[in-house]
Amino acid sequence: MQRIIPIIVCFIFGAFMLVQFFVPHRVSVSAYQTVLDWMQIIFVFTLLVGVISYVKLSSKKITRTQSGWGYNLIGLAGLVVMVIFGFWKGTGERTPFLWMFNTIQAPMQSTMFSLLAFFVASAAYRGFRARSWEAGLLLLVAVIVMLGRVPLGSFISHWIPDSANWILNTPSMAAKRGLYIGIGLGTISTSLRIILGIERTYLGKK
Amino acid sequence: MNIETLIATFLTLCIFSFLYKDNPFYKFAEHLLVGISVGYVLVMAVNTTLMPKLVNPVFKQGELGYIIPGILGIFMLLRFFPRYTWLSRISIALIIGAGAGVAIPATIQARLFSQMQASMKDFASIDGIIIFLGIASTLAYFFFSKEHKGWFGATAKMGTWFLMIFFGATFGYTVMSRISLLIGRMQFLLGDFLHIIK
Repeated sequence: MQRIIPIIVCFIFGAFMLVQFFVPHRVSVSAYQTVLDWMQIIFVFTLLVGVISYVKLSSKKITRTQSGWGYNLIGLAGLVVMVIFGFWKGTGERTPFLWMFNTIQAPMQSTMFSLLAFFVASAAYRGFRARSWEAGLLLLVAVIVMLGRVPLGSFISHWIPDSANWILNTPSMAAKRGLYIGIGLGTISTSLRIILGIERTYLGKK
Repeated sequence: MNIETLIATFLTLCIFSFLYKDNPFYKFAEHLLVGISVGYVLVMAVNTTLMPKLVNPVFKQGELGYIIPGILGIFMLLRFFPRYTWLSRISIALIIGAGAGVAIPATIQARLFSQMQASMKDFASIDGIIIFLGIASTLAYFFFSKEHKGWFGATAKMGTWFLMIFFGATFGYTVMSRISLLIGRMQFLLGDFLHIIK
């Protein structure tokens, strides 16, 4: 029963959402929208599972004063302050919640992502070796696209930005579409397997 | 100089300190970012989804049908109680099943038909022929039911060239997007904080 009920639920909702696409009746569309709302509501609870796990893990480290517990305390404090501000004063303009977001979260997030520029460049330096024709092609295209996106490229030659645009719009686009079509076929087959109960890995082992 | 700029500068430098090596300043900023991000997502999820789609319909408008997703949501929280963990599978099954049902027609439209339609549009030009050859050869490369030998092997080989071009272009594009973020942070440090540039 612990496995059969979820499989039946999965089939009913999957089949309904699939068939609904071909039935543009008012009632059908309304039911479709309701199921989408249900999915969003359940999704928030899955988010809550993650938050509770984070709080549990951090609290455990803090109470046991395990190594690095101070950092967990900082993380937990950030979470608590953000939640208190968000629910107490709201999330609109000129609220402490938005102030925290603009002053602390947004600068840190963009700095964190900008760090990747250094690591990607370093990894490329170590990893990019034109050992074969294909690897050489990849390297050449990467260099042309990078140069084509900055003023230096057009300073060297107008040929570089033109080539970068052509690469992005023609051969790269072709491979991208091929991949998209492949991903699409894979998505359809996996979705069908899930709806029909052939694919059951989401149920776990027991 | 205002307090916001000072705080943002301190935290920016804390994160950049990781370029030297892992250190307490970076760890402080990292954990603070995780905590604040979790708090932000939680508050936004409750305010934009849970309140308007569950609490208000049930308690203010009396739409009792929305109690069902509420119960299924509570089933998710039962993951923390080993005896009742299995109930969360029902909620997961609904999301997975409905998601799969939505995905099939959406994928047929967005990933298959629209991609094929766009590829056939400029078939008369050289670029259009290159795109067609690129798509066909890329798909041939991922077709493993036939051995990659002879003309089919040559087509699949051509597919790898197109894929290499795609990976190179994507890599270049990703690096440039990260560098533009880096430029933004440098502009903040040198402009807003040090006032060296305007």
